[in-house]
Amino acid sequence: MAVLVFAESTEGKFKKTAFEVTSYGKKVAEQLGTNLVVLTVNADDITSLYGYGAEKVLKINNTSLATFNAKIYADVIKQAATKENAQVVIIDSSSNGTYLVPLVAVNLNAGLATNVVALPSSTSPFIVKRKSFSNKAFNNSEIKTAIKVIGLAKNSFGLKEQAVTGSEETFSPTLINSGVTSTSVDKSVGKVTIADADIVVSGGRGLKGPENWKMIEELAEVLGAATACSKPVSDLGWRPHSEHVGQTGKPVTSNLYIAIGISGAIQHLAGVNSSKVKVVINTDAEAPFFKAADYGVVGDAFEVVPKFIEKLKEFKAQNS
Amino acid sequence: MKVLVCISHVPDTTSKINFMDNDTKFDTNGVQYVINPHDEYSLTRAMWLKENQGATVTVVNVGNATTEPTLRKALAIGADDAIRVNAEPIDGFFVAKQLAEVVKNGEFDLVIAGRESIDYNGGMVPGMLAALLDFNFVNACIGFEINGNNVTATREIDGGKEVLATSLPTVIAGQKGIVEEKDLRIPNMRGIMTARSKPLSIVEPVAFDSTTATINFEKPAARGAVKLVSADNLAELVNLLHTEAKVI
Repeated sequence: MAVLVFAESTEGKFKKTAFEVTSYGKKVAEQLGTNLVVLTVNADDITSLYGYGAEKVLKINNTSLATFNAKIYADVIKQAATKENAQVVIIDSSSNGTYLVPLVAVNLNAGLATNVVALPSSTSPFIVKRKSFSNKAFNNSEIKTAIKVIGLAKNSFGLKEQAVTGSEETFSPTLINSGVTSTSVDKSVGKVTIADADIVVSGGRGLKGPENWKMIEELAEVLGAATACSKPVSDLGWRPHSEHVGQTGKPVTSNLYIAIGISGAIQHLAGVNSSKVKVVINTDAEAPFFKAADYGVVGDAFEVVPKFIEKLKEFKAQNS
Repeated sequence: MKVLVCISHVPDTTSKINFMDNDTKFDTNGVQYVINPHDEYSLTRAMWLKENQGATVTVVNVGNATTEPTLRKALAIGADDAIRVNAEPIDGFFVAKQLAEVVKNGEFDLVIAGRESIDYNGGMVPGMLAALLDFNFVNACIGFEINGNNVTATREIDGGKEVLATSLPTVIAGQKGIVEEKDLRIPNMRGIMTARSKPLSIVEPVAFDSTTATINFEKPAARGAVKLVSADNLAELVNLLHTEAKVI
């Protein structure tokens, strides 16, 4: 028996979500009275996982796995789960995690719950809480199969340090063929992505035009944040589609979301409601977003944002 | 080319989300249903394949008779025919299993489904369907082209995009980007009239033990009122974010 976690890495480095799923996996293993096994693929240094409770690390080093392939990775995870006799398999909600998790569930003939936000409230029956209705509700679901697969929602459980004396084991799975091959990857380099950002700064139509995004970018830079935008802004072509956040765009699950000149249409809120703290800056005191926000500033973004940047810089200078 | 587009019948985004029977069931009172937005993008892309590459387009839903108006709407947009699998959709695995039967029986080459439904947000049906059928699979697809048997598809990744090469048969989980917002179609009167006479067949489900069960629903805790900070006192906002919210 074991709990198996897949800790994703990019170019050898673990993502923050790798430590989050490890933290979560450790607690689930404790609930079940079993051990945590963490699977890694081409990771440089796995010892950091011990700090979050990884009792055993299965290390795969194989250049054929250098490029992510959902089908092959899902099969590798299945092989690891079978080898370790895993009863629970946990995967993060990155773009790769959400790609492969349904394949893993079918491979293992296992019930799957995605967008899970908390530890199982009970392990027999096995009940997990998941987000549904575009963050307007939670659904407590029982997973009834012998093996359970969990897709953990990003930034829902957090990192829980719990150092253990772990051990590593080299794992050499057989690789199946896939009918899908990657031909090119176009990724912004050196920029914080919306998926990984702790803070997201987002602009709406209230900014009047793409030429006014300089201050949004500057604010993001001061905060180490990712930049995002509302749907009308991407539809108008002011900003790339990849920045569109909301129901039909990217979901935001950051710690802090700052919405500037965004009124807060229900479709937008559906995509950003999972952010922990929301700040709204808008000229219209009646904007619906204020009802969903934690902090609000009623004022002209063109005056408020530069002053906010100035105050943040002063704060950073004092606290660095 | 035979294309199957999976249509989820979901509450309109502006619907009030309430539950009944001790929070065990979604309260459908007063709820307007629509085609799941991600499915609508997918269907629109299928229409393009029909008009430019001679594809036939079938739409499918797993649900009871109340979902038929949503299927009729998809027919009005231009799908050739519709299939309803006559079953309550228990969970994503169940739905994928039913769809796999439909795909096998109909010998479809390409299945397009929205990346997730906006009600249960599982995001699992397209991938499970591909795995059950052993079809190729592209998730979070923001554009694809078909040339003979070859498929070139772009998927969204964290911080960018990736181009994938694959071949039919394929399952594609579509989202916005697979077509642009402006390309979405509103059914016209002629479409609505012809949709009434297009075939909508009802098939019975295959037996499949459910793998999950909903115990109950919860709503998020009520949010406190927004704390307003004066536009002249942004140092206060910085202070609140640091000391109270602890996010900077």
